[in-house]
Amino acid sequence: MDYFVLVIAAIFVNNIVLAQYLGNCPFIGTSKDSGVALGMGLAVVFVATLAAVITWCVQEYLLAPNDLDYLQTIAFILVIAALVQFVEMFLKKAIPPLYKSLGIFLPLITTNCAVLGIAIICQREEFGLFETFLFSMASGAGFLLALVLLAGIRERLDLSRVPMAMRGTPLGLVMAGLMSLAFFAFKGMAS
Amino acid sequence: MITASVLILLGIGFTAAVILAVASKLLYVYEDPRIAQVEGVLAGANCGGCGFPGCAGAAQGVVDGKAGATVCVIGGDAVAEKVAAIMGLEFASMEKQIAFVDCTGGFRAEEVYRYAGVKDCRAQHMLYSGSKMCPEGCLGYGTCVTACQFGAIEMGPNGYPVVDPNLCTACGGCEQVCPRGVITIWGMSARITHLNLETDCLAPCRQRCPGQINIPRYIEQVSRGDYAGALETIRERIPMPLSIGRVCPHPCEGVCRRGHVDEPVGINMIKRFAADWEMNSGTRLPIPCAPDTGRKVAVVGGGPAGLSCAFFLRRLGHSPTIFESMPKLGGQLRYGIPEYRLPKTVLDWEIQGILDLGIDVRSEQFFGKDFTLDTLREEGFEAVFLGIGAWMNLNLRIDNEDAEGVSTGTEFLTKVGLGMESGIGKKVVVVGGGNTAIDAARTSVRLGADVTLMYRRTRDEMPANIEEIVGAEEEGVKYLFLAAPTRIVKDGDGRVTHIEHIRMKLGAPDQSGRRSPIPVEGSETLMEADTVYTAIGQKPELSCLYENGVCQLEETRWRTLAADPDTLQTAMPHVFTGGDMHTGPALVITALGEGRKAARSIHQYLNGETPHAAERTQRDLLPYTMFTDVPDVGYRERSEMPHLIECDERSCTFGEIEGALDEVQAKHETCRCLRCGLTCYNRDMAEGQECASGDCVKNQ
Ligand code: SF4
Ligand code: SF4
Repeated sequence: MDYFVLVIAAIFVNNIVLAQYLGNCPFIGTSKDSGVALGMGLAVVFVATLAAVITWCVQEYLLAPNDLDYLQTIAFILVIAALVQFVEMFLKKAIPPLYKSLGIFLPLITTNCAVLGIAIICQREEFGLFETFLFSMASGAGFLLALVLLAGIRERLDLSRVPMAMRGTPLGLVMAGLMSLAFFAFKGMAS
Repeated sequence: MITASVLILLGIGFTAAVILAVASKLLYVYEDPRIAQVEGVLAGANCGGCGFPGCAGAAQGVVDGKAGATVCVIGGDAVAEKVAAIMGLEFASMEKQIAFVDCTGGFRAEEVYRYAGVKDCRAQHMLYSGSKMCPEGCLGYGTCVTACQFGAIEMGPNGYPVVDPNLCTACGGCEQVCPRGVITIWGMSARITHLNLETDCLAPCRQRCPGQINIPRYIEQVSRGDYAGALETIRERIPMPLSIGRVCPHPCEGVCRRGHVDEPVGINMIKRFAADWEMNSGTRLPIPCAPDTGRKVAVVGGGPAGLSCAFFLRRLGHSPTIFESMPKLGGQLRYGIPEYRLPKTVLDWEIQGILDLGIDVRSEQFFGKDFTLDTLREEGFEAVFLGIGAWMNLNLRIDNEDAEGVSTGTEFLTKVGLGMESGIGKKVVVVGGGNTAIDAARTSVRLGADVTLMYRRTRDEMPANIEEIVGAEEEGVKYLFLAAPTRIVKDGDGRVTHIEHIRMKLGAPDQSGRRSPIPVEGSETLMEADTVYTAIGQKPELSCLYENGVCQLEETRWRTLAADPDTLQTAMPHVFTGGDMHTGPALVITALGEGRKAARSIHQYLNGETPHAAERTQRDLLPYTMFTDVPDVGYRERSEMPHLIECDERSCTFGEIEGALDEVQAKHETCRCLRCGLTCYNRDMAEGQECASGDCVKNQ
């Protein structure tokens, strides 16, 4: 049951973009087209899960025993960046179709604060390894959900008469804000 | 502490570096060096116009064979040439494609987008009336304008996108976003070979035109003063706007929606105006042709069907040769249609323009005698078009038909056309009610004869054009309706002196819907005549298809050449037909249309395909588009075709009778067009489109 609550909370209540405001740049940048949004979202789910699990190990076995918790951010960035590079190489060799379908999104994630955010939250909440795995996957799914929803809205908006100054990113931000308000309705459902 | 931090960070960094280094060794994937080379020569704009994520993706696509050398939409031929060189290919310049805006419908957007606003055609219909219920038309939102990265589209004055052909790179961005499929990326070949589909935005006139000319489009171009554009639109369908502008009985005007308000739009007058504009300017507009394919095609018959087939084959890049039995090209246009309707100088000018594209002609060559299908094959012709027309006259099947002074209307017109002695007398009787009969009668008047035209039904049933019937009457041709010849009376020298005819009355309608005439017994009467011309119908002379008494191809029961109605392919796969030889005597525009259809099929055949037509090819008028209730359209007078010669002069000269509209009249006429779609039409003139003529009544 706890795990279920953890997942629901990560996807809806504490949605990584709409409630935690992390990963806004890829959120706005890749939400113009639902196909692209789906690709990006899936890539985030994949990388975030992997990154959270590995950083959990780094923290548990390297930083914590040596009392070096303050190095968390920089160490995590280093690990995530190397991880993404590695995953890219690995996928290219081992699963070329997956590599192709993720395409340009994989390297984009290197600098995605949502991924780093998820890894750090897992530490802050002091999750165990399995909880970290579940939570990071659910957070990634939350990102995916928000991204696909926004892409759907923006596609519709493209067909409407919108004042020139508001076209594109400005309206995207307004929409993101409204979605965020809408997601506040989940507050209190689970925590 | 600091040392530990540094060590740990360095350690993580070093471990990561080692892992990555090992991984890059182990997981190394060979990458084609050409990808980098290709990427190097692409424009580097990363615009995504090509459909790949950036130039790197495009380069990968090229090397994977998913994209051609022309992948870069902004690089043009120069980049394509370099890409082709890297890939070891030879680069031949491609036919230019551009975005082509026409409400072609087809992809219904309704289920995908629910437009709540007034912009939906249906809401517009309810609010403002006007039969606007087409589920397929342009919404006027301008999504394509936003999608075009090259600024090539803007919304035109009438709410439709307009493409600037110079800026368009054919990237297809607009095509992808248009929810209604109004924009297509089309090249000339595709436009030429497109047969009207039921899902296209077909105005009634366009459905009815046997040549499938995009009438609303060229009318709109003329209204904007873009006469060259209008001619290009017409020439995508027929090669002879000058001749058609003069001789076409304009069946399109019969179904023109405007006809339910006041009078049909003078469609053919507008065509003639545009065509005459080009001729009078003295220079010929360039007619684009696809790059040479070097494939040889024999076109047998230099009449309208043959000329049209050769013209389109040439434009599609092939090399046609026309084989003609007469000394000059033109067929019935030259030898069947009199000078006063189509001056020979005009015809010559027009035919020369077609031949100038690079078409060979071999005249005075008879099919079946001088050459056969086999010899053509031996000469290297890969396909053959047979379009020898319908020159054999039907007989009256009455006594003494062979008397001297009795001949057929076509023979007579051919002699006059060739400038030979026609042997016409003073008192001429023409038998028949079609255009050939009228042509023979009016030509006889011009040669000084007293002419009576005998027809077995009434004036209302005459198949000839009404203008022609009236024109002949004005020139003094006498009509004898409800009369049929029964016997020719000849004198001792064998020359006709009288024609005996019987009175007819109309009975029940026959299969064609016309009431069939029944003779009134005992009403035979003699009429004096020294010349009788018969024009009761023609059929193709198919004896040339026989070799050693065996016909190589199939005939229909109307004794025309059998072929697939859409592709015009005959029983022999490399032989195609069209025109009167296939349909029996029909309109010039029908023959021109068939010529294009055949050229299209030959093009497919030469490309290794089986000639085919799309499933929903439009063949008949679409019933739901033929409504007669056209509200909210104001009355506007139709322009009159000017007469170049006054009535009494006409009977002694062969000078052209009808003139062209002047610019003001032509513009006025274009303003009368409602720009119909399948079911939509403009209630009033579009904004920004001013009517040139002051007397245009605008509705409020
Ligand atoms: S008009 Fe359409 S096809 Fe042409 S450049 Fe613009 S988006 Fe591309
Ligand atoms: S009004 Fe114009 S578009 Fe409509 S049927 Fe007549 S000529 Fe064609």
